[in-house]
Order: sequence, then C-alpha cells, then structure tokens
Amino acid sequence: MSDQLLISTRKGLFSARRTGKGAWALENVFFLGDNVSLTMQDPRDGAWYAALDHGHFGAKLHRSRDRGATWEEIGVPAYPAPPEGHVEKDFLGREIPWRLIRFWCLTPGLTSQPGLLWAGTLPGGLFWSEDLGATWQMVESLWNMPERRKWAGGGADVPGIHSVCVDPRNGDRVVVAVSSGGVWVTTDLGQTWTARTKGMRADYAPPELVEAPESQDPHRLVQCPARPDHWWVQHHNGIFRSTDDAMSWTEITDVKPSVFGFPVVVHPKDPDTAWFVPAIKDEKRIPAEGRVVVNRTRDGGRSFETLHKGLPQGWAYDLVYRHALDLDASGERLAFGSTTGSVWISENQGDDWLTLAEHLPPVHAVAFV
Amino acid sequence: MPRVAFTRNLQRHVACPPCVVAGATVRESLEAAFASYPKLRGYVLDEHGVLRFHMAVFVDGVPIEDRRGLGDPVSESAEICVMQALSGG
Repeated sequence: MSDQLLISTRKGLFSARRTGKGAWALENVFFLGDNVSLTMQDPRDGAWYAALDHGHFGAKLHRSRDRGATWEEIGVPAYPAPPEGHVEKDFLGREIPWRLIRFWCLTPGLTSQPGLLWAGTLPGGLFWSEDLGATWQMVESLWNMPERRKWAGGGADVPGIHSVCVDPRNGDRVVVAVSSGGVWVTTDLGQTWTARTKGMRADYAPPELVEAPESQDPHRLVQCPARPDHWWVQHHNGIFRSTDDAMSWTEITDVKPSVFGFPVVVHPKDPDTAWFVPAIKDEKRIPAEGRVVVNRTRDGGRSFETLHKGLPQGWAYDLVYRHALDLDASGERLAFGSTTGSVWISENQGDDWLTLAEHLPPVHAVAFV
Repeated sequence: MPRVAFTRNLQRHVACPPCVVAGATVRESLEAAFASYPKLRGYVLDEHGVLRFHMAVFVDGVPIEDRRGLGDPVSESAEICVMQALSGG
C-alpha cells in the first residue's frame, strides 16, 4: 500500500505522508508558487515526473530520481510548424495554435519498453519519448488524422488528450481519450488509429452528431490492469462501461446524485469496482446540495453507494478535476483533491474519509507514489 | 554592442544574467544570448521561435513591433529588456 501522496496544485507540488493508522500529514512542497499541472511516478524505475505550466514561460517537465530531494529539467515536446499560410481551426471555427500549451497526461510504457513515455497534451498532440523524456516525437498519424480536425475544446479552450492507456498485454496497443474528441485506439504503436466510441452518446451535440466519435467528451478513461478488457469512462454525458475491450460501451444511468463528473478510478483487480465524484451537470459544476460525496460501484454499475463519512455535508462547493482522484496499487487507499484546495484520503475504499488539507491552492491532480 | 537583461523572475528557473551581445536585430541579439544559455530559449520563445504570448521585449523602453519575427532593429548601444507581461500573471 502507498504511504505517500503527491498533490499537484496551481501553486506548487505538495507531498503528504501517512504518519500512522488513519493519519496523514503534509510534509513537503516542491516548486512552491509554480503551477504544477500533474505528476507521475514511473513504476519501472520509481522516478517522479512533474509537469509545470508556467503562465509566462511555457510548459516544462522536471524529473526527480530521489523522491523529490533533487529535480532536473528535461525535454518538452515541440509541435511541428504548420504549413505556410495554414490557419488551424477547431470544429467550431476557432483558431488552434500549433504549439505546446500544457501537459495533460503522462504515461509510462511497459516494463518491456524501457525508456518509453507517452505525453498527452493541449491542444491535442500525442507525443512519445524513447529516452525517458530527454527528447520527444509527435505521433503524427494522430495529429494528421482528418477526424482530428473535428475535435474541439472540452475542459479547456482547445482540445486535449488527458488519458493514455497502454495495454498491459501488448504495449503496441494504446488507447487515448480526448476532451472533446472521442476515444481512439492504435494496435500498431501509433501508426494507425480507430475510433472506439460505439454506444456513447453526446446529448450536447446536434441530433446528427450525437453518436459521432468526435462528438464524445470522455472526461476520463481507465482500464482495469488485471482485466484489461474492462474499461470505464466518466463522460460529459454520464458514465459508460465496456467489457469487450472498448469495442462497445454501455451507458450507466440513474446514478444519484448525478452521473456527471470528471474523474473515475477502477480497482486494479476487480473490474466491477470503480469510484466517481459526482457533480451537478453541467454549467454549475458544483456538488449537489453542497455535499461532497464519492460514488462507488462494486457490481459493474448496476448499483452505487454514495460515500460521505468524513466528507463535508453542507455548504461545500468543491469540484474535483479528472486527474484529482487516485487509487493506490493495492486498491484500498483513495485520495481526491478539489478546486478549493481540500484533499481527502480514505484507507478503506471510501467507507471513511479523513481531511488532509483544506487550504491548499486549487488541486489539479493527486497521485499515490 | 546591445545589452540584454532578463526579468529576475526568470532567473529563478534558468540561468540568464545580463549579457552584452552582437546583434543588429532583436532576433540576433536574443540568439546570441541563447547560445550562452541554451535552456533560456524555451522560456522566452515557443517551439517556433515566436515570443511567448505572456512575455514582452522592450528596446530602449519601447515594446517591440515584431513579436513573431523579432526583426526590430537594435542599435549598438541598445538596452534590450526581456520582461513578463502582466497578462500572464
């Protein structure tokens, strides 16, 4: 079980540690004052990666090989120069710059793929590195795919890749999710891409486009590591599940207090168990009735428990972003952080929660390490 | 020769002491500075060599015109200041 949590916030990367049974405390901060958009621990070598999003100086990537004692700045992806005279526009006719805006996802390759890292970014570029982030190459097949032009901003002003899932059975098979632009799979290490959104629907699109792959806004996509045919998506439109390796999706409806939200995590061994943080859809984006709750299903979405013990149950307006809910490798410990700087941890799969922090900067992401 | 100075806030992230460079334009002057401090480039310019949206460059107190090409001329005695724009704060 993990005893340490990294919390990526608008004003720094905070570290919390378990100090005893049911007790956690903040113990350190890195990059204080800087916007840390996400962190990732590479299970192959234990290295930490921190993506920074400087307001003035651009997106940067730092790595620590000694659990935060020292950090080194490494390479960042570069978007290609657009063809002469080309003005890129999104599906709605708004201009999209061909330049790195933000890291939105970092995913390591398999143990059999040493050195391989994937990076999903805004405004929609997928990149990979074969040297642990020293240099990056764009996956041009996805960027040049005609359907990519139909992506649009969702969660940000421009499209972004926020989920990259490397199949544990075959590292050449990678599934990415785009806000807003669907779910796409490659089985040949990024040479070709196919949409995998059958069964999804987008009520916010015109009738002709409700089922179009590019209309789908998956907020977060996760794959069960031990049962990789099983997937969950927290979608703008609700909750979707696949048990046939993303070939088709089934919508889960009638979830209280809401099917809307951003994050989802799945148990590492039990594909029927997953957690969500519901919010009122969709312009308001606040907890229903000012109560912070976590929804858990243990039966593949047939029923949900609304977990609240230890969470604020009134006058609370915490929103939880798509990377701000994490589950440790044991499947026992959960943590989530909010836009209003609160962080909660559970040591029993969400039955009970303890408050780790209430006054941090807005939380972008949390990660057990 | 032109003198280039960088906002102190940049020095928190990357080495960039004031330097005297050879250059007849803003581009040439900045490139000379980047040659000494390669990491600095990505903090001031994007991957296409364009001045980052929330950065500002002044030549003798005047904001440059050509944020994309950085072709503004600089005199032998020019003071080039690379600053943050308040918009990015």
